[in-house]
Amino acid sequence: MMASHSSAGIPAAAQILVATRKGTFFVEKTATGWQPRLVGHAGTSVNFVARDPYTGRYWALLGHGHWGAKLSVSDDGGATWADAPAQICFPEGARFIAQDMYEDASSEHGVGWKISTKAATLQKLWVIGFGPGGAVYVGTIPGGLFVSRDGGASFQLNLPLWNHESRGGDLFASEGTGETKWFGTPASEGGDFAPGIHSIVVDPRNPQHLMVAVSTAGVIESLDGGASWHSRNKGMAMDHTPEPEAEWGHDTHFIEQCVGDPDHLWQQNHAGVFYSRDRGASWTLVSQPDAGVHFGFPVAAHDSDGRTAWLVPARGDNQRMALDGGLFVARTRDGGSTWTQLRDGLPQGCVYDVVYRHALAQQGGVVAFGSTTGNLYVSDDGGDHWSTVANNLPPIYSVRLA
Amino acid sequence: MARLHLTRHLFVFFPQLEGRELVVNGNTAREIVDGLDAVAPGIGLYVCDERGRLRTHVNLFIDKQMVKDRRALTDPVGADADVHILQALSGG
Repeated sequence: MMASHSSAGIPAAAQILVATRKGTFFVEKTATGWQPRLVGHAGTSVNFVARDPYTGRYWALLGHGHWGAKLSVSDDGGATWADAPAQICFPEGARFIAQDMYEDASSEHGVGWKISTKAATLQKLWVIGFGPGGAVYVGTIPGGLFVSRDGGASFQLNLPLWNHESRGGDLFASEGTGETKWFGTPASEGGDFAPGIHSIVVDPRNPQHLMVAVSTAGVIESLDGGASWHSRNKGMAMDHTPEPEAEWGHDTHFIEQCVGDPDHLWQQNHAGVFYSRDRGASWTLVSQPDAGVHFGFPVAAHDSDGRTAWLVPARGDNQRMALDGGLFVARTRDGGSTWTQLRDGLPQGCVYDVVYRHALAQQGGVVAFGSTTGNLYVSDDGGDHWSTVANNLPPIYSVRLA
Repeated sequence: MARLHLTRHLFVFFPQLEGRELVVNGNTAREIVDGLDAVAPGIGLYVCDERGRLRTHVNLFIDKQMVKDRRALTDPVGADADVHILQALSGG
């Protein structure tokens, strides 16, 4: 197959990697269109599948339910998969401060609320990111960033972020401050309400510059390869809380960096769409509710034009499904000043899909997204026209391009 | 010494164990799980979490008795015992 190229010189995606509730699917472009096939993990819940662009290795983040979360790898293009040689494990003594509701018959409401310090064990593998020189980053629930410097032969929990003052300090050594400003997400497996890391950005100019995003804490940056971390939440506003501009507690749903213009970052947040032109030093709300652009989970940045991005908005946050029964992708080319609804080829009647935070991606003009209803759509022209890849996949958790 | 009986679901991930008679040395449930992990490296982390606790929806029976110490697996395993490892059934 000849790879086509966008005007920016980024190769158009040749492969769509789809993580679903019931296995890993690859979708490849053929003479008759994009063809999906199940490549592994049949029957297993897969949260995220990605290809390490530095090594060509494929990684799948599994949630077995009964048997725990596992990293699975393929070194033969997805033909065979095996558990990764090193699995993600929280070290002995790792703890986090959690907030729990509990049954309390003496309360007039029947429930109480308590802050407790819990031992951390892996609940969910949520996202994986890659850097040069064998760097592999895995974000988990509870909110750990695990780092490998040897291509995944071993992983270590990043302690400066785990022990950050915003979540109560070093709980290995003491009880810390007893207070966390990180809240939970219901996205964990097993029902615990714990914070999770769902976005990892490695700056292509400087791999020491890392960003992660957390539900629910916000955007956090390191300029020294993970030795220290600070918030990057200025300009964001939590319109659902009594202190909208607090430093912490922001419900960032996903962030993505423009790899060709890395000062430009896009964010879909619970409280709207935010855009940064200064590497996250400040964020600007660029929602346009009358164009249907405000709530949603995913966002995709352009390869080279920092002002261009795609969203799949949802009716939020009390419904979390397609707006008014029709599915559209929203695209901006001017930094969020204006948004265009792209509907050509997408279903416009009786549609109730929702697209999760990792389930929209763009590379070289190919845009693809999948919904929890098992529908997968692709566009080869930046979103102007869409075609249906499949309608009966399992619930789709992640769509990445390679 | 115990004869181990595993749910067939584990054979999906550890096909080398299917159809084998699994006899493992150990005087406690912990030692049995560790012995199983020596036979099939990695399986211990399927049965238990990284703190060694039996996973929430996994069960272990020693001669038809459900294990009592799910945290440390100190339950004794007699000579010639039968140990079953299985999962809770769930839908979806």
